[in-house]
Amino acid sequence: MRVNLTVNGEPRQADDVWPGESLLYVLRERLGLPGSKNACEQGECGSCTVYLDDTPVCACLVAAGQAEGRAVRTVEGLATEEDLDPVQQAFVEAGAVQCGFCTPGLIVATHDLVRRNAKPTDPEIREALAGNLCRCTGYEKILDAVRLAAARREEAR
Amino acid sequence: MEFLRPASWPEALSLKAENPEAVPIAGGTDLMVELNFDKRRPPAILDLGRITELTEWSEVDGVVWLGAAVPYQRIITELADRLPGLAMAARTVGSPQIRNRGTVGGNLGSASPAGDAHPPLLAADAVVEVASVRGARTIPVSEFFLGVKRAALAEDELIRAVRQPVADGPQQFSKVGTRNAMVIAVCSFALALHPARGTVGTGIGSAAPTPRRAPAAEALLAGELDWQQPKPLPEGLVIRFGELVAAAAAPIDDVRGSAAYRRHALAVLARRTLAWTWQDYRSGRWSRCA
Repeated sequence: MRVNLTVNGEPRQADDVWPGESLLYVLRERLGLPGSKNACEQGECGSCTVYLDDTPVCACLVAAGQAEGRAVRTVEGLATEEDLDPVQQAFVEAGAVQCGFCTPGLIVATHDLVRRNAKPTDPEIREALAGNLCRCTGYEKILDAVRLAAARREEAR
Repeated sequence: MEFLRPASWPEALSLKAENPEAVPIAGGTDLMVELNFDKRRPPAILDLGRITELTEWSEVDGVVWLGAAVPYQRIITELADRLPGLAMAARTVGSPQIRNRGTVGGNLGSASPAGDAHPPLLAADAVVEVASVRGARTIPVSEFFLGVKRAALAEDELIRAVRQPVADGPQQFSKVGTRNAMVIAVCSFALALHPARGTVGTGIGSAAPTPRRAPAAEALLAGELDWQQPKPLPEGLVIRFGELVAAAAAPIDDVRGSAAYRRHALAVLARRTLAWTWQDYRSGRWSRCA
């Protein structure tokens, strides 16, 4: 089947989509957007997190056909041509990236947190990121990055 | 495999009647895992995502009509005052990403003994509104679960909504898991006090082939609680309540916990939720604007 959707602001079309296929597969394998990572395929790790109509979801748990006519924003859609998104910049500066596999999902989850909550407390940060697993940073630098991103956003207001 | 995309509820019912093997999908948090892992290959998937009325809720005459596809996150943000027990349970579901997609309708349809929404629905006397091309009917949640992952749905029926009275007293939900987030319940328990009727409702999760109530425990409290002059609870009553809740369960040993542990933990959850709800009732903190 054919699926029409808007990805990072551009209308896109995927053909020969198998009806049981996930949005994640469409993004990575059909539309050439490998930013969202394919890891657990059961919604446990969060590395495939994308915005679907402005709501963060696990792309592996959305059937491709459910995205018909909807808007998707992936980690590729956060930065501009010139600049990283402030959340991405904070992750770089805080050294919150090691192997990088979990990073796209954590960036999208953090992006959503800091726009909803200007001053997240540590428990709020932990709750917001509870769906994103990292197996190498130990999370401390990720927490630093989220605090930094939130503080900068607050300063910029 | 076919991907069926009805634009309206009547069309969804027609498609389900024509394709009884079609599996409905709303949030996809359960079904997609099975598809991704090649555990299920239904001949058709019935996407309910275009039917806007399923994602709406309303309150009429003190009863909340909750569309089957309202995501957990909206229950937390929009319904915590009216359906506090369900909202508490919703807060324990998966991660933010999962709560943004998962629905009570999907939870009921999967009919897992561990479904987080089930105990509060049982405790609050919710009914499930189902429909087919033959007509609509309601099923009390206490009669909805027939066995492990088996629900009282005919093959042409779809879940449309849950109807649940607005809380008339304090409600609580408590869950034991191996960590604080992203975890399936080892066991769970919901309690709803109904001061107007002088009764209480209970719901046990993950400790029997189906979610179930604890009728003897409910009867004990209905007979002993003094709603007019609420005094501190006698310790013996609290202990007995926990024992009766544990006795109502029929848990198994599995990878997540032993049957003995689940029984013990249920008694603890029952005692705690009773203490919390009764304290709220005595202090008047359960009112909707609290």
